[in-house]
Amino acid sequence: MSKNTLYDKVWDHHKVTTLPNGQDQLFVGLHLIHEVTSPQAFGMLRERDIEVARPDLTHATVDHIVPTDDRDRPFKNEAAEEMMAELEENARKAGIQFDDPTTGNQGIVHVIGPEQGLTQPGMTIVCGDSHTSTHGAFGALAFGIGTSQIRDVLATQTIAMDKKKVRKIEVTGELGEGVTAKDIILTIIRKLGTDGGVGYVYEYAGEAIESLGMEGRMSICNMSIEGGARAGYVNPDETTYKWLKETDEFKDDPERFDELKAYWESIKSDDDADYDDVVTIDGSAIEPVVTWGTTPGQGIGISEPIPEPESLAADKQETARRAQEHMRVTPGETMAGYDIDVAFLGSCTNARLPDLRAAAEIVKGRQVDDSVRAMVVPGSQRVKAAAEQEGLDEIFTEAGFDWRDAGCSMCLGMNDDQLVGDEACASSSNRNFVGRQGSKDGRTVLMSPLMVAAAAVTGEVTDVRELPKVEVEQ
Amino acid sequence: MSTDEIPSVKQVSGSGIPVRGNDIDTDQIIPARFMKVVTFDGLGEFAFFDLRFDDEDNEKDHPFNEPQYQDANVLVVNANFGCGSSREHAPQALMRWGIDAVIGESFAEIFAGNCLALGIPTVTADTETIEELQSWVEENPDGDIDIDVAAETVTYGEKSVDVTVNEAQRKALVDGIWDTTALMKSNTESIAKTAESLPYVESA
Repeated sequence: MSKNTLYDKVWDHHKVTTLPNGQDQLFVGLHLIHEVTSPQAFGMLRERDIEVARPDLTHATVDHIVPTDDRDRPFKNEAAEEMMAELEENARKAGIQFDDPTTGNQGIVHVIGPEQGLTQPGMTIVCGDSHTSTHGAFGALAFGIGTSQIRDVLATQTIAMDKKKVRKIEVTGELGEGVTAKDIILTIIRKLGTDGGVGYVYEYAGEAIESLGMEGRMSICNMSIEGGARAGYVNPDETTYKWLKETDEFKDDPERFDELKAYWESIKSDDDADYDDVVTIDGSAIEPVVTWGTTPGQGIGISEPIPEPESLAADKQETARRAQEHMRVTPGETMAGYDIDVAFLGSCTNARLPDLRAAAEIVKGRQVDDSVRAMVVPGSQRVKAAAEQEGLDEIFTEAGFDWRDAGCSMCLGMNDDQLVGDEACASSSNRNFVGRQGSKDGRTVLMSPLMVAAAAVTGEVTDVRELPKVEVEQ
Repeated sequence: MSTDEIPSVKQVSGSGIPVRGNDIDTDQIIPARFMKVVTFDGLGEFAFFDLRFDDEDNEKDHPFNEPQYQDANVLVVNANFGCGSSREHAPQALMRWGIDAVIGESFAEIFAGNCLALGIPTVTADTETIEELQSWVEENPDGDIDIDVAAETVTYGEKSVDVTVNEAQRKALVDGIWDTTALMKSNTESIAKTAESLPYVESA
């Protein structure tokens, strides 16, 4: 059993009591809500005549269904408009702050929490979205919940949970050129499996993790759930504090920052903490990773051959066979050269400013291949504004990318941004499940933003490290 | 609503329906386009929709389409069932189609938690036991399966096998305390005390 890890400490601080069913009741420090999974929970509260317990600790935005082009109200899509209106009404009645598109603060829920400083170390954070694990990058205990649990949190600001085991994943060494946080997490999931983390919380550590900025850490924690772990975290450090200091929450309140910093320092895992499991991965050996199949665990290095299903563990073979048929890939070949029709740069995994900057570096002076429709969907309105300030929008649009407004967009195709027919998509998102991007015949290849940019300009999956340099006039 | 109105789920009995395959994700169980709704009503007909229908809405081969399974209420699945998104729409769709319990090799955590919130047991057993049960259901689509949640057994045909029901889940179902809102709401004072002890929480 783990002892003195951040997970243990944050758990203990937030534990209200042990419930008669044996689960612990935990206080929730921040509850983020969005339009898709919350309306039914508000409905349940109305049925029971219960008020929202802590609207001050609840924060709403709209991301899943929001259009990324024409956002005039009412939205053209009636169902989207209905969901938006329902959230507006629920937030207004309960007194919950709602960052709608008119505020300039709207964006993907896992982008706006951190950028406003709502997300802080040592907090418990929940949201009706599995990628809530993202917030663990700040040393918060953050996990996705279902709608009935949203009802619990709205009604009581607490949640019933089983305590999990803690696995420390140490990524050693220095990342090579063209290798990013996305490649680390895809490697971890490939190694430990899509269900390897069930029953665990992941603590990410080691030089390769600590040297990442907050955005890279968020990309890693974001995909914990893809490895079966409901939560993942990185212990807070100076990188974390530097980020927080500049957020809305703290920039004018250094006293509060100092006061809380003592708490943040206290909840870090002790040097001699006990873990249930420790895994070490050599970060210097990782190359850019792409997926060949239909689960995030089906990834390979760009120079590696697609595996023969027979070479995999017995319980993975049938899934691999079906995945290879769907993706139309051939075992023995590499993914390099796989034709793509769409390039999607976005999602809560990879749509933050450094992601866009890195991709823009690749795109600069090049053109999107004629066979490709390419789009950039910034993670939030603030990310979009900051990118425009730097002129990134011009780089992308001159190259032939569509420059869009913030939202989840083609990661899950709940608005009009969807794959059509059997289109293949180079995607910086998190899931390559069949049908995920809006077409059941669509084919998703997960990769880093750098690799998406490279694929967009060549029209095929391409090792970004081998892309010839272009001379750009300054 | 008080806790004594919540029914206990000590056992589930009925006929089975096998859905084979590992890593069946929540996008398969309920594609996102059917989630553009503000209630869970009517989700049952969209369960496994893209696996059941082609582009022209013609039925494909899938157990949820087959006539012999239309009255089934015990779903039998393989490993890592329900992985992916946290959407409660997934178990809601299964429940509204008619499923009262799921037996499988393993379940994704959020999915299992969502099932519990609806009073649906997620019962686990090893690969061999599950595959045998799936084959038996295929041969005996009308055959009765009895899940005893408290005793952790599944009985079908002449056979009774040991299964696992996670301890907290078992207690919650058997004692009828799986609806946690009322349970937790009664701890108002302790909640306030915990909130007060946290340095980052300002008083409401």
